[in-house]
Order: sequence, then C-alpha cells, then structure tokens
Amino acid sequence: MEKAAWLQVFALLLVISPLHAFQSDELDEEFGLEGGNLQPHERIPDPVVPTRSTPNRVKYSDSDSDSKIQITLEHAFGDSDFFPAATFSARLKTWSHGAQTLTKLRFSRNSFTEVEKQKFQKLLEDDEFYRIRLPSNVLNPPGKDFVISSVRARCLPRDGLDEHFVIHTEGVNILAVNYGSPGACPYPRQLKLPAKWSFNSHTVLKNSEQAPRTPIFAEDLPGEQGEGVDVPPPERSFWAKYWMYLIPLGLIVMNAMTQAMNMPEEQATGQSGAQPAAAIQRGSSPAVRRR
Amino acid sequence: MAMAIRSLLIFLFILSLTVPTFSLHEDQVGLMDWHQKYIGKVKHAVFQTQKTGRKRVLVSTEENAIASLDLRHGEIFWRHVLGANDAIDGIDIAMTKYAITLSSGGSILRAWNLPDGQMVWESFLQGPIDSKSFLFVSTSSKVDKDNTILIFGKGSLHAVSSIHGDIVWKTDFPSESFEVQEVIQHHDGNTIYVVGFVGSSQFDVYQINAKNGELLKHDSAAVDGGFSGEVSLVSRAKLVVLDAARSTLLTISFQSGEISFQKTYISDLVEDFSGIAVILPSKLTGLFAVKTNTATAFISVSSEGKLEVVDKIKHATVISNVLSISEDQQAFALVRHGGNDIHLNVKQVHDWNSDLLKERIKLDQQRGLVHKVFINNYVRTDKSHGFRALIVMEDHSLLLLQQGEVVWSREDGLASIIGVTTSELPVEKEGVSVAKVEQNLFEWLKGHMLKVKGTLMLASAEDVAAIQGMRLKSSEKSKMIRDHNGFRKLLIVLTKSRKLFALHTGDGRIVWSLLLNSLRQTEACKNPTGINVYQWQVPHHHAMDENPSVLVVGRCRAGTDAPGIFSYVDTYTGKELKSFGLDHSVAQVMPLPLTDSTEQRLHLLIDANGQAHLYPRAPEAVAIFQREFSNIYWYSVEADKGVIKGHGLKSNCDGEVADNYCFGTREIWSIVFPSESEKIISTVTRKSNEVVHTQAKVIADQDVMYKYISKNLLFVATVSPKASGDIGSATPGESQLVVYVVDTVTGRILHRMTHHGSQGPVHAVFSENWIVYHYFNLRAHRYEMTVIEIYDQSRADNKDVLKLVLGKHNLTSPISSYSRPEVTTKSQSYYFTHSIKAITVTSTAKGITSKHLLIGTIGDQVLAMDKRFFDPRRSVNPTQSEKEEGILPLTDSLPIIPQSYVTHSHKVEGLRGIVTVPAKLESNTLVFTYGVDLFFTRLAPSRTYDSLTEDFSYALLLITIVALVVAIFVTWVLSEKKDLSDKWR
Repeated sequence: MEKAAWLQVFALLLVISPLHAFQSDELDEEFGLEGGNLQPHERIPDPVVPTRSTPNRVKYSDSDSDSKIQITLEHAFGDSDFFPAATFSARLKTWSHGAQTLTKLRFSRNSFTEVEKQKFQKLLEDDEFYRIRLPSNVLNPPGKDFVISSVRARCLPRDGLDEHFVIHTEGVNILAVNYGSPGACPYPRQLKLPAKWSFNSHTVLKNSEQAPRTPIFAEDLPGEQGEGVDVPPPERSFWAKYWMYLIPLGLIVMNAMTQAMNMPEEQATGQSGAQPAAAIQRGSSPAVRRR
Repeated sequence: MAMAIRSLLIFLFILSLTVPTFSLHEDQVGLMDWHQKYIGKVKHAVFQTQKTGRKRVLVSTEENAIASLDLRHGEIFWRHVLGANDAIDGIDIAMTKYAITLSSGGSILRAWNLPDGQMVWESFLQGPIDSKSFLFVSTSSKVDKDNTILIFGKGSLHAVSSIHGDIVWKTDFPSESFEVQEVIQHHDGNTIYVVGFVGSSQFDVYQINAKNGELLKHDSAAVDGGFSGEVSLVSRAKLVVLDAARSTLLTISFQSGEISFQKTYISDLVEDFSGIAVILPSKLTGLFAVKTNTATAFISVSSEGKLEVVDKIKHATVISNVLSISEDQQAFALVRHGGNDIHLNVKQVHDWNSDLLKERIKLDQQRGLVHKVFINNYVRTDKSHGFRALIVMEDHSLLLLQQGEVVWSREDGLASIIGVTTSELPVEKEGVSVAKVEQNLFEWLKGHMLKVKGTLMLASAEDVAAIQGMRLKSSEKSKMIRDHNGFRKLLIVLTKSRKLFALHTGDGRIVWSLLLNSLRQTEACKNPTGINVYQWQVPHHHAMDENPSVLVVGRCRAGTDAPGIFSYVDTYTGKELKSFGLDHSVAQVMPLPLTDSTEQRLHLLIDANGQAHLYPRAPEAVAIFQREFSNIYWYSVEADKGVIKGHGLKSNCDGEVADNYCFGTREIWSIVFPSESEKIISTVTRKSNEVVHTQAKVIADQDVMYKYISKNLLFVATVSPKASGDIGSATPGESQLVVYVVDTVTGRILHRMTHHGSQGPVHAVFSENWIVYHYFNLRAHRYEMTVIEIYDQSRADNKDVLKLVLGKHNLTSPISSYSRPEVTTKSQSYYFTHSIKAITVTSTAKGITSKHLLIGTIGDQVLAMDKRFFDPRRSVNPTQSEKEEGILPLTDSLPIIPQSYVTHSHKVEGLRGIVTVPAKLESNTLVFTYGVDLFFTRLAPSRTYDSLTEDFSYALLLITIVALVVAIFVTWVLSEKKDLSDKWR
C-alpha cells in the first residue's frame, strides 16, 4: 500500500514537474526594464553623431567569464536607410560548458533629432512603417544578416513614444526582435502626435523554453493504480445503478394504474378519441394486454 | 497481475465508450468511399512468355512500382510500391519464374515470384562509387546453365545467382570512372564482353570469364572527338555511338581483339541535317535510329560497317523493344502519329520494306503523344503471328492495342497528383423529375420491400446481397447535379503529366480530362511543369447560368525564376477557356480573400524579383485591391538560408512600361536562424478557408477561455543541422528541435519551445488555435506528438456578464496584429507508435463539429484520431467536472484504435497527401487521399447528428404510422362494441 502511495506521488511529480521545469531551468531569462523611468536623453547628454560611421561596435571587458558588449539598434523611417538609434548593453555570460548567453540587458535610446522628428511626423501622417534592426550575431555583427522588425508609426505615440522590444536570443545570436507598442493598437489607427518626443522603452530578452516532457508511466502503472483505488469507483446514484429495473417496473405500475383507472371509466369510454390514442402512443404492449 | 489486466480492460472499455469511433460495418464498405489502384507511368515492360503467365505483363513505373498486369483487362494481379527513394533501374524475368528488379542506383536486387508477387530473395550490392546501373539477364538458358544475372552497378560488375540471390563473383574495373554501356555474351557462353567509356574520350573493352569473373583481356582506344554517351549496339561486335558534338556517327568494331573506328558524318546520310542528333535507344541487329531536328532516320549497318539510310520518317516516332519471333527472326514495332490517328507498324529487323503488321488506331486526343511502345506476339487462331502493343502515352496512361483497337486503357497519370481542388456540380435545372431517377414504381416498391425485409431481419442471403448491390449502385450518389447535403462534388486534380482530371466524388469516375496544351513542350518553353490548381471563379449569384472555373499555374522549367503559365479551365465542360504565358516568374501564388463583380477570385503572384502581380488584370480588380492595399502582408521562407521574411506592398513597380497590375514590395520583418544551430525543416499555416465556429471555449468550472484565432500564424520547426539527416545520424546530445509560432504580419514570435534530443522529420497540422506536430524523440527512442494550444488573455476579462450587458466588452473591436498579443500557450506531448507520411484535420462547413486528425501512417493508411486525445489539459485524474467536459485521463501514449482507420481494409500505396473538404451538411466532411492510389470517403467526426442516415427506411416509418392509425381505429371500434355489449348486459 505504501509502495502504491509512493508511486502515486512519483507519478504526480512527473506530471507536475514539467510545468515548473522551465521556471527553474531558465536562469538566463532576465528582464531589463530600462529607460522607462529615466529620460534617455538625460542620461546621454549628447547623442554622439560621429559613432554613426561605425554602426556596430563590440566592446569586451577584461573578465573572462563575463564580458560586456554593446549592440547597436538602427532605425529607418519608411523605406529610408538605417541609422543608429540606440544601444543595448548586455553582459555576455560564458557558462562552464562553453555556451554563451546574454544577460542583464540595458537600453539607452538616443532622442530624435529635429530631422528625425520631421521624418517621424511624416510617417504618422502616411500611416507608414517605422523600422528597426539589430545584428543577428552580437559577437561579429551583423552576423548572417540583420533581423528587422517594423511597426506602423501610429501605434507608438501615447503621451510620449511608447515602445516595447522583445529580443529572442539563442546564445550569442539574435533570432528576432519584435517591436511594437506595449499595449493595444486599435484598428483603424488614428493620427495622434506625441505630446513629448521622448521614448518610453520596455525591453524583454527571451530565450527558448523547454518543452514539457512526455509523461512517463511505469510499465505496470495501470495495475498499481488499480490497487491504489482498490475500492470500486465512486458510488453511483441509486437511479444510475438500477434504471434498467426501474423503468420496466414503472411501466408495469403505470399499466396497472391505467387499468385501474379504466374500471371507473368503463362507463365513460369513447367520449374522447384522444385518450385511447395516448394509451397506444405510450407503447402498444399495454394496449394489447388490456384487450 | 490479474488485477492489472482487469483494470486495463475496464479502462479500455470506458475509453471505447467515451470516444466515438466511426467504425464501419462490413456492409457499409463502398457505400460512400471508393478506392482506385494505379501504378504510375510505365518505364519498362516485360511480357511473360511462359504458358501460365502468358496473359500477363510485368511493368516497372516511375512511381517506383512493380506490377503484374492482366493483358485481357489491364487489372493488377499484384503490385509492390517500393519506397520513394528506391527508384527502379531495371526489371527482367529470370528462369521464367522470377521477376528481377534492380533498384536504388544499382544497389538492391530483388526477385519476386511471378504468379503471386511474393518476394523470393533480396541482395545488396556494394561498390565504391555511384554509377549508371544496368541489369542483364541471359535470355537463352542453354548458354547459361548457372542462371546467373549480370549487374553493373556502383562501379563494378556482379554476377548473381538467380536461384537464391547469392553473389557468385564480383569484378572491379581498374579504372574507377569506367562506365559500362553494354554487356555482350559470347556464343560459347564462357566469355563476356563488357564495353564502355572512361571519361568522354576513351573506349574500353574487357573480356571476362563468365564462370569466375576473371579479367581475361583489356583493350582500349582513345577517340579525339569524344562521346556523347549514347550508344546503340548493332551486333555482337559492333557499336554505333555519337560524338560529343552530336554530328558524327562512330562505328566501333571490337570483338576481333582490336578496336577499329569508322567515322560517318550525319550530314552525309541525311541531307538537310543541322543542329544536333540523338540516337534512339534500341537493340536492333544491324539497324539503329537517329533523331534529328527534322526527321527520324533509320540507318542500317552492314557487316563491313557501312551505314545506309533505309527510311526517314517526318513525324514523331517511337521504337519498341526487339521481339524474337523465331530462331532467326526478329521483329520490332514502330509507332508514329499521323493526323488524329497513330500508325503501328511491326517490321522485321532485316527486312525493312515488309510489314508484319500495319494498323491505324484512333486515339483520344487528350492522351497526347506516344512515349513508349512494348510489343508482344501471340499465335492467332489461324496459327499465324499476331502482335499486341502496350503503349505509354504523354499523359502517363497505358494502353493495350490489339487488332487495331484499344483493348483497355489505364489512367495512370492519376498516380502522380500534384494539386487538388474541388468544384461544385451544376444546380438542378427545372424539369428533372423524380420519376426519371426512380425508373418505375414497381422497382421502387420492390427495393423498399427488400429494405423492410432487411430491417426486420427476414432477408435471405440473396436478398442481403441484392440490398447491398442496390445500395452500392444507387444512382443517387453519382448524379451530375448538386445535392442538398453537398456530398457530390467534382475533384479537380492536376497531375505531373500536366493533365487535369475531374473526378466525381460519388463513385470516383473521371467526368472529363484535359491535357493542358498550354503546358506542353514548345520552343519557348522547353520543360514545362505544373505548380498547382486554384479555384478561379466560383459563381454563387449566377450559379444557374455561369460555370465555375479553375486556374492552373505552371512554369516553363523547374526553378522559381522560370516564366509562368496561366490556364483557365471550365470545370463543367472541361474546356480550356484561355491560356497565356506570363512575362514574369512565379515564386508564390496567393489567392486573396477578395472577389470582383463576376466572382473571380483575386490572386497575387510574387515573382522571383520580389514584385507582386495582380490577377485578373482588370481595372476593377485593381480598384478592389487598392482598398485593402495597406493591409496585405505575406511571408517567404528561405529554408536554405534559414531566414523567414515578412513583406508588405509598396507603390506600383517601376519598370520601363507602366504596369498598373504590378506592385513593388518591401521587407517588413525578418527572423534569422543561426546557421550553426538551426535549420528550417517544416513550416505550416492554417488553411485559409477554415471556419471557426466560436472563439470561446467553456471549460469545466464554468469558466471561459478565449482561443487566439489569427489567420496569420505560421508554425516553424527547426532542427540542429547535424540532426537534419535520417534518424540515428545524430546523438541525442547534439540534436534538438525548436518550434516557433510566428505572427506573419509583424514577425512576432508568440511561442518558442525546444525539444532536446529530438529530431525530424516534422509533420504538423495547424487549425483554429492549435498545432499538432509529430517528430522523433531520440532519448525515448519513440515518435512523439506534441500539441500547442494558444489562448488569448486580452479577452479573458470579458467573462463578466454585467460588462457584456452594458456593452463594456472588447469583443466587437477589430483585432490588430500590431497590438501586443497577450497569449498563453498550453502544451503536452504524447508518444505515438507510427511514423507518419501526412497529417491533416477534418474541416466542416461551420466548424461546429468536433475535429479529428487524419494521419497518413507509414503503412499507407489513414487513421482518424479525435482531437480530444491531443488535449493539453488532460491530467492523470481528471476531476468530475473535467470528465463531464470530455477530458480524457492522461496517458503517455496515444491509443491506436483499429476501427478508426478510415481506409478500413484498403491501402493508399505511396500516400502523399490528404485533402479534406467540408460538405454542406455540417456534420460531414469529405476526405480525399492521394498517392499512387486514390481513396475518397465521407466522415462524420461526431456522427451525423444533423440528419437521418442515408439508409433510413422512410417506407418502414410510413408503414408503422399507417399501421398505428389502423390499430387506433380498430381498437376504437372494438371498444365501442364492447361498451355497447356491456351496456346491454
């Protein structure tokens, strides 16, 4: 009995564990929420223009296991070319088994210049795309190619410009960046100019989840289960158990009753044609028996 | 132990109660399903000449099938479909009782018993290199007592005993690149001559001891002109080859120990020769055929090696195999087209001018040109020689000609379907009365009497057979008009042979067929192929007076950069309405959910340069299109680069000529998979015409979950590059499978999940808000199926009734992909026993009926599984309320219930695809399965809850009612009488 109980617990654990597995396994998933409270242009007083000639720089720190890197985010207005717009800084964590992952993502956005503001306003008027891109590999950008994401410009303005990044990474590779407004963007999109030309950014770094494992039952589990629930399955109601006896019984009773009713009615038969018809509809056997 | 068995039995019993399976009764087989067997385009045919098998022919086909056909009726005696990558290189008959096949590039040799097709033995031939392969079975048993078969394959020559398949000897040739062209057996039977080329300029002859494979002699000679690779053996010691420039014929004599060449310019033989020539493959003694740009020339070779043209034929000509009709007589057949007829001439090899047989046969124009001819002789009643010819046509059909007539024909083009769509049948016109269908009242009454008898179990065995026969040929199901339930439709299928067929769903007969002329070989379009067939015009408003039409899209050659071809075909008449070549290529075809005023569907074609073209090319279409211009998005998958891109439309494209129907495109998003760790192996989307009945799903505790239903979702599966090979090529540690659910408008990854230690091939199906996919788990050594269900959280707070009443809900607001989706996913994996070939899901008209997954198993059957087995919310001990909801207790593997094979006893050999089409009746769905065979059936996943079954006896109901009414009156009269007598008492 005890064994069975243990097995049950084990089985339960097996079923439950996948649900919790990805929470404990995903050490590397971190949320960097940056720029949401700070005005980005306050932190970076002068958006340095010259860096645009070298769009994707990577800096390493001295530490072996952890190194800091910077990833440049570039943007484009409609079909224009891409220009640097912001930088992500992250820590590159090297695991003991050699794999590298990005953690502790921080984001700093350059504020729009006047020209860019005008361009963005144009996008808003035309309901056009505001596009961003990131290198697909953070160590040797741009890697295979840039990952591009775009949003209808009218989705961004609220009070300021609200933006939301989801960066899907696989080791040092960026698979995709999903860019858009943090909330809803109802259709049809209304033209609305932002009150403040400052970005309110939210960033999420996402790694792959583990798939839940297939539940594994021990070979003899059905038998064990049977022992565990030795008592027969929950008591069924009286009706559920004996309906097959009750219905004929009921019919007999009803038959008897109609016959009993017929006695006094003997005198008054034939008054209504509907009554015998009803008796027949109930089933022809009582009718036959009556005659 | 007994306890375990008992509880298992109870569990199975409960399971069988809870899960509706649509198992058939024996007498229901063939009522609403049909099965057709095909073999594919015949590559090679060998006639059985021995007494018992004289009425049979052995064929191998391009669908890798080997079959024995009945010469009288064309039926299949037996058939084997080898695997998709086990192409047959040669077939022959050995020892008059075995069929020998050489397949897989000359590496597998099998012997089959001729009468019943049982496999007798199988040998694997190994060799260092891949090369041309070649099967040589000695014809005269006198010479070869050991019954050895010679096979050249994988760069070496093997002699295999035909009795038990053992390799007797194997000879490797000194030069690795030696390509054998012919194997010639010497008269004495002790030596074999093997001739071939090394590279393109050296000719080699080897003499080999036939007993042990020892190399006796080797001669070689170099030729400066080079070879084109085409050879015709004209005698035991003479070959004719074409030089590399294809303008000179070389006659090579080799047997006397030295090799001598003799050059002849084709222009000397054929006056108006220009361009290149081709030697037609034949093995005639002293004769060969050369096809030039103008005509086919037959050239005889004298013993001194002198070439002489015996005849020139202008029309397309095909030569048959050689048939020895007596010791020294050889015959062959020549088929050429002349007008609408074909001419079949059987000639003796040595005597060109006399014809053994001369026939003129009228053929259906929809069959195209003759591609292959095989002849066979028989003894006529007057003891003279008669000939029959088996011909393979351009549309892959197989015909037997005898006595100037087509004895039988097989539509084997249907074995290679590449596209399927459906069309409604014509609406019933006024004036078609019921009386016409039910021929006469007596027959009708008799039929119903029989049915009543059957229902009351009074029928004798003969009656039962009569009822069954009546049901099967009930004219109802094969009528050519639309029915109320939408069961009768036309299946429009496009085959590899570029022929379009319309099949009736009632009985599977071919209503019409059309060899698409626009997709035939022309000067401009060398190698046309069909891509797919689409519904072009489906008239609803004018259904009475307009015919629906389909669009066939093709391209000039393989590869996405080839120019496209359009062809419109009327689906009622089977006539091509119009066709034209496109001036751009076709990379993607997108039927849009828009139609113009004539109900033509708008199609957007993306070419290889990334430009979008709108069809139909009409100003009205552009006007409709412009309204939705900014809301059109699509995606492209570049599997070899590992990139998925999203696209949108830009303004009109800038070319030299202004084109209103051409639009520029731009890239909106991209997902780049790292090439060192991920490789795209499968992408699946939802069916564009799928109907979802409700977004809400009420779960056990009276709670509601909202399905995340978006048409723009894409399922992507990637594996690590190492694991992209066969199962077993990678260790569990280095293989992983990653699945993604991507929104194709914004490129947002909604869900991403890794299966460690798993690998492809992945087969997936996407429907409503769920995906089910099948893959191999290397750690568990088993196949697994995983389900992902996606639920919308943003609508979760609509549960408040008060809010609904006050209208404060967001149920009616339009959904935008640009809103950040709040989704949750539920997922669960189960083991599954089979590996699978295809997977799809049933689809019904309104989407109310519960869904079944249709799984094409490795055994070429279709298994239907209730979607409830794939519920991610299954748990070990479901609560009472969950049980009421229909959640099954969790098991680690999915049960395979034998009754739920929808193909019941049939096999759809070489299964490639399953298509489901909704019927008009909600509970029913039509399932068409194709491969080498075709299978069609009608399914009711939740049983026919919305109609009475077809064999419901209305007569019996009527009789019962009448009987009851009579009984009422009788009893009433009786009771009146009794009352009266009581009163008088």
